[in-house]
Amino acid sequence: MAAVTGLERPLSPGPARPGRSRAWRAVVFALAGLYFLVPLGASLWYTIHTPTTGVSFAPYAELLTAEGFISSLALSLALALATIALVLLLTLPAMLAVRLFAPGLRPLMEVLCTLPLVVPPITFVAGLSTSLRVGADVLAPTPFWATLIAIQDPGFPVVLVLAYVVLVLPFVYRSLDAGLRTMDVRTLVEAGRNLGASWPQVLLRVVVPNLRSALASASFLTLALVFGEYTVSRLLGYQPFAVWIVTVSGSRGQLSVAVSILSLLLVWLLLLAVSTAFGREKK
Amino acid sequence: MRRPAGWLGALPLLVFYAFVFGIPLAALLAGAFTSRGEPTLANLRQSLEGGNLTAMIGSVQVSAVVALSGAVLGTFLAYAVVTSRSAALRGAVLTASGVLANFGGVPLAFFWVATLGNSGVVSGLLGLPSGSLYSFWGLVIVYLYFSVPLMVLVMAPALDGLRPQWREAAANSGATAWHYWRHVGLPVLTPALLGGVVLLFGAAFAAYATAAAMGAGTVVPLVTLKIANALTSDVLVGQENVALALSLDMIVIAGLVMAVYLPLQRRSTRWLR
Repeated sequence: MAAVTGLERPLSPGPARPGRSRAWRAVVFALAGLYFLVPLGASLWYTIHTPTTGVSFAPYAELLTAEGFISSLALSLALALATIALVLLLTLPAMLAVRLFAPGLRPLMEVLCTLPLVVPPITFVAGLSTSLRVGADVLAPTPFWATLIAIQDPGFPVVLVLAYVVLVLPFVYRSLDAGLRTMDVRTLVEAGRNLGASWPQVLLRVVVPNLRSALASASFLTLALVFGEYTVSRLLGYQPFAVWIVTVSGSRGQLSVAVSILSLLLVWLLLLAVSTAFGREKK
Repeated sequence: MRRPAGWLGALPLLVFYAFVFGIPLAALLAGAFTSRGEPTLANLRQSLEGGNLTAMIGSVQVSAVVALSGAVLGTFLAYAVVTSRSAALRGAVLTASGVLANFGGVPLAFFWVATLGNSGVVSGLLGLPSGSLYSFWGLVIVYLYFSVPLMVLVMAPALDGLRPQWREAAANSGATAWHYWRHVGLPVLTPALLGGVVLLFGAAFAAYATAAAMGAGTVVPLVTLKIANALTSDVLVGQENVALALSLDMIVIAGLVMAVYLPLQRRSTRWLR
């Protein structure tokens, strides 16, 4: 999981240097191309070729009818959308409030939002599953018990959304922070308020439009992370997309590789969509 | 503006954070230091003995090798990209890095199983012995697939920040390429380089999905696999608290490494504005 998307880069052509070292550059590109492209090609070949039947695209056709494919895909997408909505609803107002009204809290916010980076997901889920187990015992006589059970509903496990919000918090915080740095929030908000705009209007029609590329990059990172997330969902016993791929790989190796190729394509298309939609804005 | 209530906008996040992040962390700490309700250090002692210690060392070794080799390879690739004149090539490599750096986990494992696994396409062509992928170096090769692109993304902006004037000034003062890199280039790049190494180490250290999906745990002991086994297996009753102690060890190691990174990152962003 990465902290950066590459969307943040300035598009300067880079320092021009004498071209005498063309040769080593060609060698570097050739080796990198070999290392990064061979697994892609090999995986594609693996899915369409078997020694017995020759070349066939059957694994890709099988996908749509494979048991659990549609439902796990739908679950992952729903989890991703819910996570994006929740994390933005929580962080954006908090970051604005701290910037405008309580600048003293900024270092605290930064530390809190960076802390999940230090906690590997597997250790977080170890703590989470322990507290869910202990919580069920402690809360059994109270009405909160029903809530605790409800958020663990296998149909739509809210507990995963909560956990994912924690996992993406550092990345979302950093992209929004970078976005907010490029604008004068205070002046914009005061101007809007003086002209009679309500708080929701200021937020939706002044702040959000100025933050579009930061919001897009935060959403892309969240979507990519949630879509590929395996650790938390497997250890809590749910079956979104990544867990399904592993489950199906036991009996149908070709199918799991085919799905892996498709999910790489999906991440690629998403990044392209985000960067073409938002990358051309003025810096 | 009405000031007094303004900071309340931060309240939902803080409450959410305390519940969803604070409680699990507290449960982790409490569990690591207790056994059947009694305070004890036995879990921590067990987490640093025998197979658990081997797994911890294995994780640190894999992560360190991935971080160092990924940093060197990624920096070379980033330098090749930054100095190339072709804007199309630059765009292609940086976009690909953005995709691959965010592309880990399960699909990555299956790509490599299809390529170098026991019935993989390339291992068949090369006649590799069975199990080559499921070894220490196999795991390193797999992890480099997302580590090198991550390093490219970290280093490209830093290398862009090296001004051609610095090099020209050095050359005019009679410096060789070696002098330039030794006294100008590397010192400016050091924060970004170290930050990249730490980032790669953290990513490899925390990685669980790829190794689990490959089934590498039988050959290369990794602490993440140990924790997962202890949490999910019914055989090892009473091992949950050892898993929590192992988790605490991991957090301490990741925390020490990250403690190096955060101040450095601030320094490098200030330098390369």
